[in-house]
Amino acid sequence: MKDTQTIEKQQGKTQETMRVTGSEAIIHCLLAEGVDTLYGYPGGAIMPVYDELYKFQHKIHHVLTRHEQGAAHAAQGYARISGKVGVAMATSGPGATNLITGIADAQIDSTPLVCITGQVFSHLLGSDAFQETDIVGISTPVTKWNCQVTKASQIPEALAKAFYIAKSGRPGPVLVDVTKDAQLEEFDFEYEKCTKVRSYNPVPETDTTGVKAAAELINAAKKPMIVWGQGVILGKAEEELKAVIEKAGIPSAWTILGASAIPTSHPLNIGMVGMHGNYAPNKLTNECDVLIAIGMRFDDRVTGNLKTYAKQAKVIHFEIDPAEIDKNVKTDVAVLGNSKDSLAQLLPLLNEATHESWLQEFKDLYAIEFEKVIKEDLTPSKEGLTMGEVIKQINIETKGNAAIVSDVGQHQMIACRYADFNITKSNITSGGLGTMGFALPAAIGAKMAAPDREVVAIIGDGGFQMNIQELGTIFQQEIAVKIVVLNNEFLGMVRQWQQLFFDKRYASTEMTNPNFIAIAEGYYIKARKVVKREELEDAVKEMIASKESYFLEVCVEKEGNVFPMIPTGASVSDVRLS
Amino acid sequence: MNQDIQSFTISIYTENNIGLLNRISAIFQRRHINIESLTTSQSEIDGVNRFVIVVNICEEQALKIVKQIEKQVETIRAFYHTEDQTIFTESSMFKIKSDLLFNEPQIQNLIKESNARIVTVNPEFFVLEKSGRRVEIEALRKELSVYGIMQFVRSGRIAVTKEEMRITEMLQAQAFNNKY
Repeated sequence: MKDTQTIEKQQGKTQETMRVTGSEAIIHCLLAEGVDTLYGYPGGAIMPVYDELYKFQHKIHHVLTRHEQGAAHAAQGYARISGKVGVAMATSGPGATNLITGIADAQIDSTPLVCITGQVFSHLLGSDAFQETDIVGISTPVTKWNCQVTKASQIPEALAKAFYIAKSGRPGPVLVDVTKDAQLEEFDFEYEKCTKVRSYNPVPETDTTGVKAAAELINAAKKPMIVWGQGVILGKAEEELKAVIEKAGIPSAWTILGASAIPTSHPLNIGMVGMHGNYAPNKLTNECDVLIAIGMRFDDRVTGNLKTYAKQAKVIHFEIDPAEIDKNVKTDVAVLGNSKDSLAQLLPLLNEATHESWLQEFKDLYAIEFEKVIKEDLTPSKEGLTMGEVIKQINIETKGNAAIVSDVGQHQMIACRYADFNITKSNITSGGLGTMGFALPAAIGAKMAAPDREVVAIIGDGGFQMNIQELGTIFQQEIAVKIVVLNNEFLGMVRQWQQLFFDKRYASTEMTNPNFIAIAEGYYIKARKVVKREELEDAVKEMIASKESYFLEVCVEKEGNVFPMIPTGASVSDVRLS
Repeated sequence: MNQDIQSFTISIYTENNIGLLNRISAIFQRRHINIESLTTSQSEIDGVNRFVIVVNICEEQALKIVKQIEKQVETIRAFYHTEDQTIFTESSMFKIKSDLLFNEPQIQNLIKESNARIVTVNPEFFVLEKSGRRVEIEALRKELSVYGIMQFVRSGRIAVTKEEMRITEMLQAQAFNNKY
């Protein structure tokens, strides 16, 4: 084995070159970028790289998932909880195409991901060779950047750029496709980290006039309201945001991906906006006089009907991506820049304020939501178990310190609404793409990136079966992730829509499920099923106390609905409580 | 902002990399916008490519499209301009049987009047080249089609802007010729 000391010591820049193959170079690049874990699945066109992974297994841990989609989502979970770049690897053809859902998910949720795919020999490109697919073409619309490498000597620059682009500015997924001959070819390896791409300006300089204008509007506001998104988390601006909120006394709501940036218990945290968000922040979006959007993108699930969204308000938008400004909502003041710098500049310009009567309006509406929805969700009077009481029990046992990885559907909305978050980067969910099957593999990545933290995956019976094979990864890798399946024997969210908007015609939403306990036990994962309320507390206690992975199935009421709800196309102020 | 559909010329300065054309055209495709014409070439700056794309959209769409294009890592800058803000031209070629040149004297007049240029003549065919506005090229095509055109081809629009492109100074400020 060749000496790699120089590379690790120099953190990027090598002084001597080494004669290595393209495959070995890929490993050295990963090591130079600080990668110690990656997720993937071998196959013909990536075998030379796997051969090197075998040799370097003491330095870099390759996790064999059971499906490439699982690898992509695991890398996402890893990235989301740690803020580091997640790495996924796959072979050509079906291996590469199986990554696509995860890549698309990472693109829309701005998750830094480097995907490395094997490709057929370069002389076979375009010949319809075995397992050849145009993955660069296929992945173009769902990657921040991608490229194909056909010569070993191109590998260091391509991967250096890949890591830089993935993590800088607004993060996103990149894909590097490496032909098999490039993996086998020898060349003189040298690695230099990328710090600049001339055509790429990742972080626009914070616009000081914009900050001043924003401060003036905020200082003059009687009813200001903040909606923050994941930009706060990605920009590591949690402290700055907290300082701004507290100094100016602004009631602050979050988008689904912004959850956990400010603790749930913070008195100015007024909950989630959006289709299944809280009553008060949705309703009062159309009452505020200044709406301050921070690192969020006015997704349609957040705004409802744009024609009736916050029309009375002056809108301030703090944003890193110029393409988001005025994309969906016209702003009065746009502040380009990263959230950390922008908020730090804003803070000294703000007057200290409290908006007691305005905040009281949120509290009053919360009281209505509590009476009509929350009370019954968390302390149900009816017989059937609710999803909400399961989340509440998890809150109690984890004291709000767990990372919650949710899938997509009713359970996701319930988890995001009711989970307590004390720690940032703790709500890991598929927001923009709404990818069922996300949670189980994402929880694997999250737990591996944060082994000291409690990681609880909350999954529906539908989504669980979309990547159920990753139980095999959990077993083989001994990952102490806690898996909670909220089983209502329905594709619950679709069923809810069918009930409300399709006259209860339950087309293909009812599920006859297998014996999940037997399946989990088949993977040697400790498993328990709860069907009665009396068993819930003990089961959740046992799960959280477990030092190993644990599977908990909770049979919840079959036809429970998630409220509040803004029906598609309705205004945020028409949010329904039943 | 003007909501009327009009012709916009989108000028994009980019790196010259494989796949970028695909990435840029996908931005239009995804929004169901038809590309009327697309030309790529070297720009005034060495090593920097220039796309000229013509689309019929409203100004708000043009603005959003340009932002999405600029967001691409390998795009250096992108701009949109109305017809009034650009000087533009198209180029065309006509392949015609040579005997017509001698048997139909009117063709020679057409060539002169239209400011077309004979690129080559051989015993079988001759080739005409005509640059200008679309209407001029169309007029010539209609007139020549009476006699029979063996082949006709017209390029996409190429355009320069009346205002200065802010890219040059931006590139100089960045010491753009450094290794990237």
